[in-house]
Amino acid sequence: MPSLSPTPPDAEALYARLLHLVRDMLSRHAEPPLLVGIYSGGAWLAQRLHADLQLPQPFGVVSSTFHRDDFATRGLHPSANRTALPVPIAERAVLLVDDVLHTGRTTRAAINELFDFGRPARVDLAVLVDRGGRELPFCPQLTAATLTLPDDVLLALVRDENAAEGIRFRFDLVRKSASQP
Amino acid sequence: MTRAHNPQLNAHGELRHLLTPEGLPRDVLLHILDTAQGFVSFGSREVKKVPLLRGKSVFNLFFENSTRTRTTFEIAAQRLSADVFNLDIQRSSTSKGESLLDTIANLEAMDADIFVVRHADSGAPFLIAQHTPPHVHVVNAGDGRHAHPTQGLLDMYTIRHFKGDFSNLTVAIVGDIVHSRVARSAIHALTTLGVPEVRAVGPKTLVPGDLRDMGVRVCHDMAEGLRDADVVMMLRLQNERMSGALLPSAHEFNMTYGLTAERLALAKPDAIVMHPGPINRGVEIDSAVADGPRSVILDQVRFGIAVRMAVLSIIASAEH
Repeated sequence: MPSLSPTPPDAEALYARLLHLVRDMLSRHAEPPLLVGIYSGGAWLAQRLHADLQLPQPFGVVSSTFHRDDFATRGLHPSANRTALPVPIAERAVLLVDDVLHTGRTTRAAINELFDFGRPARVDLAVLVDRGGRELPFCPQLTAATLTLPDDVLLALVRDENAAEGIRFRFDLVRKSASQP
Repeated sequence: MTRAHNPQLNAHGELRHLLTPEGLPRDVLLHILDTAQGFVSFGSREVKKVPLLRGKSVFNLFFENSTRTRTTFEIAAQRLSADVFNLDIQRSSTSKGESLLDTIANLEAMDADIFVVRHADSGAPFLIAQHTPPHVHVVNAGDGRHAHPTQGLLDMYTIRHFKGDFSNLTVAIVGDIVHSRVARSAIHALTTLGVPEVRAVGPKTLVPGDLRDMGVRVCHDMAEGLRDADVVMMLRLQNERMSGALLPSAHEFNMTYGLTAERLALAKPDAIVMHPGPINRGVEIDSAVADGPRSVILDQVRFGIAVRMAVLSIIASAEH
C-alpha cells in the first residue's frame, strides 16, 4: 500500500481538467444534461462549472443524507439535506458531479435521492478524483485524476471563497481518527 | 440536569428517548429543529418517503384519546418507511387488567423498536423508558399534566419559522396553564432556547403565582399579558375543568380571556397566533382570529409532521 503522500493533489489543476472534460461532453449534446452536484463538495463543483461554462439552465444539488446506508450508526446530519432541483428531472439527462469517488456508497445514495424526484432519462457521473476502493459497481464517465490512497486517509475538498482570483479549491489529506468511521 | 444524569440521553449525549424538553440541552433542541427543517419540504418530492427507518417497527400506544397527534406520528413514521402499528389500548389489554409494563414486555417480544406513548398518568413514558432494553426508544406523546414534548418542539419550530430566532421575543401563553402539558413543555423549551420574556396569562385558579418558579411572568390581566407580545399561544380550555370550581363558565372565560380581534390588537402588529388544537371557537379563541391572517394554527400541524420525523430519526440513530 502506498504511503501517505506529503502533498495532496492540486485541486485547481484538476478542476481545470474537469472543466475541459465537461465542456467537451456538453458540446456533443444537442440538449445538454442538467448539472447536479452531490452536497457538499460536488455542489461547489457544479456551481463553479455552471458559472464557468455560462450554462443557460440552472444547476441542481442533491443530498445523499436520506438514503445513506450508514444512517443507523452515523445518524442524520441536519445541515446536509440540501436537495434542490430547479427543474423537473423526469426524462432529462443528468450529469452528476462529485469531488471524490471512493466506495461508491455516497453515489448510490445520491442516485436514490434523485429518483425520489422523478425518472431521469440517463445519469452520468463526473468526478474530480477517483481514488479507487469501490464497494459498488460504479464507473465515472468523466474523471480528472485517478489516484490511490490508504483507506484511513480522507481526501477533503476545501473551498476558499476569499481568494483574490475568486473561489478557489484545494485538497486536504486528513487521517481518519478511530471515532470517525 | 447534567447530560450524564438525563435519562433521555445516552453516554454520548445523544437523544435516545424524548420524554420532556425539561433538562434537555439547548443544542439538542436546536438539532431537532434543524433536522426538522430538512423534512418540511417533503411535499415537493415525487416519492414522499425516505428509507431512514426501513425495517423498524413503531408502536403507537395511545392509552388516552388523540386524533391529531396520533395521526401525525403515524404519517411521520410512515414517511420514514417504518412499519407502524396503532394499538387501541383502551379497548384491549388494559381493560382486561394487564399492567402497563406487561403490555410493554409483550410488545417488545413482537420486536418493537420505538414506542410512541400517550397516557393519562404523568410519568408513564418515563416508567416505560426505564424498563426497555437499550435498543428500544420511547417518545412521549403526552402524559397527564406533565409533558407533551413534540408539541412543545413543533411550537418552537413554528416560532422560529415566523420570527427568525428566539433572542428578542415576548411570548404570551394564555389559558389553563396549570393543567396543560402543552404549556409546560412550551415553557421549558422557550426558556432553554433563550426567549427573554415568557408570560403565563389567565385567572388565578388556572395560572397560580408559583408558576414564577418556571421563569415566567404571571399575568392575571389579559391586556397586560398580550401587550406588545410577538407570539400569542392560546391553550384549549378543557371542558373537564369547567365542572369543578376552577371556572364559572365557558362564556365568562371568553369574556375575560378569549382571544378576540380587539384584544389581539394589543400585541405587536406582526404577532402570530398559535393554538395546539382542537380549538373551541367562541371560548378561548374567536373564529375571526382563528381564521385570520395572523393565525398559524394549520402551519403548526404541518410542521408537526416534520418535527416528529426529526425526533423519530434522531432517536433511532442514537448509539445503544
